[in-house]
Amino acid sequence: MHGIKELAERHEVTHNATKQQSPQSLRRMTGVPATDVGQELVDPIIREQLLAQQVATADRRDSVVRAVRRILVFVVFVFLLGLLYTAYKAFGSSIDDAQSQWPVIGSVLPRADDLNMPPISDIVSQFGERRNPEANSYARILLGEALFTLREAAVGFLVGGIVGLGIAIALARSRWLDKGLLPYIIASQTIPLIAIAPIVVVWGRKNLDFFPWEWQDWMSVSIIATYLTFFPIAVNGLRGLQSPTSAEFELMSSYAATWNQTLWRLRFPAAVPHLFAAFKIAASGSVVGAIVGEISAGVTGGLGRRLLNEAFNYTTGPQRLYASVIGAALLGITVFLVVTATERVVLAKQNRESI
Amino acid sequence: MTTEAIRATDVSKVFNLGKTNQVAALLNIDLVIEPGEFVTLIGPSGCGKSTLLRLIASLIPTTSGSISVNGKTAEQARLDQDYGMAFQKAGLFDWRTVAKNIELPLELMGWKSSERKARSKEMLDLVQLGDFGNHHPAELSGGMQQRVAIARALSFKPSLLLMDEPFGALDEMTREHVQDELLRIWQDTDTTVVFVTHSVPEAVYLSTRVVVMSPRPGQISTMIDVDLGGRNQFTRDDPGFHQAVTEVRKALRVVGA
Repeated sequence: MHGIKELAERHEVTHNATKQQSPQSLRRMTGVPATDVGQELVDPIIREQLLAQQVATADRRDSVVRAVRRILVFVVFVFLLGLLYTAYKAFGSSIDDAQSQWPVIGSVLPRADDLNMPPISDIVSQFGERRNPEANSYARILLGEALFTLREAAVGFLVGGIVGLGIAIALARSRWLDKGLLPYIIASQTIPLIAIAPIVVVWGRKNLDFFPWEWQDWMSVSIIATYLTFFPIAVNGLRGLQSPTSAEFELMSSYAATWNQTLWRLRFPAAVPHLFAAFKIAASGSVVGAIVGEISAGVTGGLGRRLLNEAFNYTTGPQRLYASVIGAALLGITVFLVVTATERVVLAKQNRESI
Repeated sequence: MTTEAIRATDVSKVFNLGKTNQVAALLNIDLVIEPGEFVTLIGPSGCGKSTLLRLIASLIPTTSGSISVNGKTAEQARLDQDYGMAFQKAGLFDWRTVAKNIELPLELMGWKSSERKARSKEMLDLVQLGDFGNHHPAELSGGMQQRVAIARALSFKPSLLLMDEPFGALDEMTREHVQDELLRIWQDTDTTVVFVTHSVPEAVYLSTRVVVMSPRPGQISTMIDVDLGGRNQFTRDDPGFHQAVTEVRKALRVVGA
């Protein structure tokens, strides 16, 4: 990027160099007519650079405008969702009275009372609720539990990423493994999470004590989250590792590149956009896996246990379940946004597009 | 006596040997190329000219016969990185900058970072793209990308350059410009070039020898020596140039192109 000052200096230099020449000869030299801008004669190359700079500035401004617009759209969307919720609630609570007139609608559409659909004001104020004046607010408690779940999810994502990538590389390496192992990997995803969760917890307590640290139950939850994350990374990663064209492989082989060299210099970089697509799925999956894992493994301290408790006590405070669901959703969205932002930075650096 | 750059002896290539879709791509090819030559392989599509280039590059194995490159087997020459190769598509890695693309073969050979940088700069100057080292390939025109591909192929200064229709996808004006650049590089670097094309004027303009091939199965039908001296902007209007073009065209007509 050239500063204006530098451009002006270059402008000087160029002008000194071409001072002796008439505009006609300049035109002949550059093929582009020299243009008068204001008082000065600006030569075409400098003019082009100035224009490019203006375009870059406009681009930056555009990206700010786009970001603001996106946030506005989100706010409006949330507002409309709340409006729809309230509107349906108003309509739904009248169904009961109207049942004599519209028996079909009355029996099909869910009724809306404060138990089914707690008022939005209740849900929002729940976040500020405290058990006693000294206690933390509900939002603060949710945040702590979200961080607990986030740790499980992050470890699950990391382990899943390593396992998934390892599987992808192994399958890319060997056609035999690709044929033999892939069906089992796909089949692994048909086993319900809640079925394996207790097994993992018991197994972890009993068998994974060879680690230098004491095995804790949240680690079992991470393993359960891994179960959801490794799969998209393995499948998309494999597709990415196989995405280079035969000409690209031929090029590497013309340099007598080894398989490992081809892996790290061609296959892996080619797979990066595919991997980020997988990371987005896996990131959300790791949060879901951690929450479901907590519930089915009976681990306390995270959002999973929170959701289970609030569901259990639903009749005495439906707004608490609603608030904790919103908390869980925010956690998932945050994780997703972090991955998307990372993707944007990495791909922009390489001048590539997301897929 | 100097070693021949390439010697192909009685080389045949059959694809899908023994299957119902068996194709005889090349039959009994004998070809000797001396160091410093610029040899063009030309012929109708399906005559096996690209196959012959790939056999020389040892990217595919011969069915029978033998090929030696710089006095070694083709396989050994590939492992020793005796040649650089450029394809019809520039085939630059879009996640690498132009300079990093040129440095790719050097990385594979384990060069030090400072040496790689110095060489890629030198190569960028050679193909007159000195200011574009930090750009990504997508920001370059097709002709510029091809020049980068040539710079990459030459980056480790191989004695042999194999080119498979590298300018096929370029427009006429860019093509002539890159041809001149290639000739300049060839003269400056003492490289032997084997060049596959299906353009007669391109073959005549570039080479010291044109090898005309006939299809199904691919065989060498004629070889035409081209002696036009140093090429310049007037060469294409030269009677000698037109004579050679006509000669190659006639040879191609004989093989049924």
